Amino acid sequence: MEKLVVVGNGMAGVACVEQILKYEKKFDITIFGDETHVNYNRILLSSVLAGEKSLDDIVLNGLDWYQKNNIDLRLGVRIVDIDSSAKTITGNDGSVTHFDKLLLATGSVPVIPSIEDVKKEGVFVFRNLDDTRSLLERCRPGLKAVVIGGGLLGLEAARGLQVQGCDVTVVHLMDTLMERQLDNTGGGYVAAKMNELGVTVLLGLSTTAILGNGHVEGVQFKGGRSIPADLVVVAAGIRPNVSLGVAAGLEVKRGIVVNDYMETSHPDIFAVGECVQHNGVCYGLVAPLIEQGKVLAATITGNKGPKYEGSVQAAKLKIMGVDVFSAGEIADKVDGSEVIRYEDPSLGVYKKLTLKAGKLAGVILVGDASDSHRYMDWLRSGTDLRSMRKHLLFPAASEDVGLDVAMMSDNETICGCMGVTKGTIIEAIHDKGINTLSQLKECTRASTGCGSCTSLCQQILKAVAPEFEEETRKTLCKCVPFSEDNLREIVRSQKLKSVQEVLEIYGNGIGCEVCKPALSYMLDMLWCGDHDEDRSARFINDRVHANIQKDGTFSVVPRMRGGVTSPAELRRIADVAEKYNVPMVKVTGSQRIDLLGVKKSDLPKIWADLGMPSGQAYTKGVRMVKTCVGTDFCRFGTQDSTSAGIELERRLENLFTPHKLKMAAVGCPRNCAEATVKDIGLIGNEGSWQVVVGGAAGKNVRKADLLVTVETTEEAIRAAELFFQYYRENANYLERTYDFVERFGIEKIRKETVYAPDDKKQSLRDRLRKSKERSQDAWLERETPRHPSQFVQIKSLEDVLV
Amino acid sequence: MKDTKRWIRVVRCEDIPLREGRSVKVGHREIAIFNLGDRFLAVDNRCPHKGGPLADGIVCGSTVVCPLHAWKFSLETGAGVNAASSSSSIETFATSVDDGIVSVEIPVSQAEPHGPQLQSSAHFCDMLAVLADSP
Repeated sequence: MEKLVVVGNGMAGVACVEQILKYEKKFDITIFGDETHVNYNRILLSSVLAGEKSLDDIVLNGLDWYQKNNIDLRLGVRIVDIDSSAKTITGNDGSVTHFDKLLLATGSVPVIPSIEDVKKEGVFVFRNLDDTRSLLERCRPGLKAVVIGGGLLGLEAARGLQVQGCDVTVVHLMDTLMERQLDNTGGGYVAAKMNELGVTVLLGLSTTAILGNGHVEGVQFKGGRSIPADLVVVAAGIRPNVSLGVAAGLEVKRGIVVNDYMETSHPDIFAVGECVQHNGVCYGLVAPLIEQGKVLAATITGNKGPKYEGSVQAAKLKIMGVDVFSAGEIADKVDGSEVIRYEDPSLGVYKKLTLKAGKLAGVILVGDASDSHRYMDWLRSGTDLRSMRKHLLFPAASEDVGLDVAMMSDNETICGCMGVTKGTIIEAIHDKGINTLSQLKECTRASTGCGSCTSLCQQILKAVAPEFEEETRKTLCKCVPFSEDNLREIVRSQKLKSVQEVLEIYGNGIGCEVCKPALSYMLDMLWCGDHDEDRSARFINDRVHANIQKDGTFSVVPRMRGGVTSPAELRRIADVAEKYNVPMVKVTGSQRIDLLGVKKSDLPKIWADLGMPSGQAYTKGVRMVKTCVGTDFCRFGTQDSTSAGIELERRLENLFTPHKLKMAAVGCPRNCAEATVKDIGLIGNEGSWQVVVGGAAGKNVRKADLLVTVETTEEAIRAAELFFQYYRENANYLERTYDFVERFGIEKIRKETVYAPDDKKQSLRDRLRKSKERSQDAWLERETPRHPSQFVQIKSLEDVLV
Repeated sequence: MKDTKRWIRVVRCEDIPLREGRSVKVGHREIAIFNLGDRFLAVDNRCPHKGGPLADGIVCGSTVVCPLHAWKFSLETGAGVNAASSSSSIETFATSVDDGIVSVEIPVSQAEPHGPQLQSSAHFCDMLAVLADSP
């Protein structure tokens, strides 16, 4: 078998090897990588820097992939020389390796402009995983960071550093940002967006020196002006890494020259990716590398035929909240071209299409890149647009959500990064039985690049897959455009403790009535109550611990555990109702008593007079445990459901949950307290308890799923606690258990709660215990209000008639 | 007298927590005063939709969201700013802060619905009590 040696363990090299493996096996493959990591998604490094993804999230091929495919992986070895006549390569560890075929995928290296003292301690580049790690280690909230270079990479680095709390300035040599992808107007819009996010942009400045004694203290510009800096990132562009091409005596211009079959000037040496130059062009983005890899795989395996004919250059800025897309021609003045523009400065939306002979030649989108796919397809296919002139910028609205998918032809590319067509996806759905996005990713690699085609892939799955399952990763809201899963990670890893902090760093700094209560819940849950509670971010009910009614008065529901009360309690309730002229006293559906129509200013006095704890009937939290009389009085009862219910309520009361949480305990399967339609239910049988979860009898009616059957009351309560905490930690805000259980699946929930390994169960319990310890009866704020005017009706200082 | 406005000292700054509102009774009406950190803004406390107490709403930037049905209004202009509230608006009042006290400028014709200045303060208060009891 022939020996294929690949130099470069990055996206281009490995993607090409993946293609080679699709052909009949004819090589023993060795891959050299100078980094010490398996193949990862380099374009997502900025997301790692921004804390949106972890290092594990961006791995494309784990070690098991190399093993499974019998690939000899040599990490941490840099190839320093090639002897093209002896067909050997030499590593920096002195090793000499023979090859029959050699594939160069050495990528590119950062351009370091000639700046005085650019090697000073505290100056970073941002190119690989180790760079990212060093930056993450170095950056701290409050540090002054200067990014030299206002291109794609520079801006992404700037946003990442800013998210990490640095005070960031981008310095750009040209008069406009991203001048290789955008025109001046587009660049202006991006600059405005960056400013809005809190990143300072300085244009038209040439950096001449890094200042500082030993380590970075500032940056100096031509003309003498300087600004302070604690850390500097140089992101001034990349150039093809061609040194091995030169060493091998290949034809090298800007990149290693290859023909349409991806052959170099040496018959046994091939090259792919950012290090090559094809037809005068060097590509620095993912999609072309994948296309090249496919052609090269055919050529090198003896199936020569497919040709690489160049790619449409397209770029997308990966900054949450700053949509930028650019492809094809960007210049205003191209011979015989016409330009169509749309601008809305308040919204920050700019769109420009350049047309040539009725076909799309270029597109720039800033602020709204949702149509990028359509334009990319027009560019690739050269569609004649003359008949669609009215709908170029705004497609005619369609009601049928499947229509967009139906209108695409099978050979239309869906994932531009990985080169996956609609046809390939549909084939995979049918042949491999794919139903979820993650299965699709694994099987076809679609949407594993920049991720911008994710929603399109979802749509196709939805339209085609017989048992489509949506993996809900919806963002919380426009103010904080991250999924709640993602936000929980961010809050935890960045140690954010207040709503305002999250909004300022990851959102628009303002928030709304949707995200503020959600974030309040998230912080309270994640830090087990040890967060900076901000009542202004809570709904009024959670500020005054009562339920606001249609006339602005409040309702008061004291806790009556298990629905059990006493003559003394009832007497106090009656007295309070009379004393404060409570307009209505009502028995609720939760075996409690509701006092309706209470003035805010009376709340603290009423609570004191009642001498009972809050029933939390106003909040997204633990409501109650409804019980039947169980073995105490009932002649059918098989378990003491009343005591069990009271104990369960006692253990979970005063805690917040993603949505309201109602429970019940019944002493026999007659189910008199309706445990099968509660969020958590305990159902007593002779000698055992069934713990059921996810029931509902509100807007939806759903029979609860059986979580587990156990012998003792204590075991039943402990199982309920596990589910309770698991729901608290994993559900989205305002997601009831019945939606949560359906979304996660009861099998998965069982595996991660009652069937989980002991340490996992223990840590769920530990966090629950910690939260519980820090919680308290909210009505105690009658003694120690959060704010002196919390319950007070303020009267004007000055009388109107004075 | 009808169209004259008067500045009235209504509330101490510290009585209104950051990014929250409080309703303040001024004469027969309730004014919602909000603490936006860098300034205080005042609007009529009644949501034009169903009379919800706007002072109890969540403050988002310089807007407030009614706690009853989430109608959203600009505290600066009084304009309805979400889909539900877009065709309605609320009254806003000029504010100033002096020596830790928030003052608002209120049209006297509204602060004194029964016009003439001659009534005694006590008499006026009785009248207010009657008004408050009526539905």
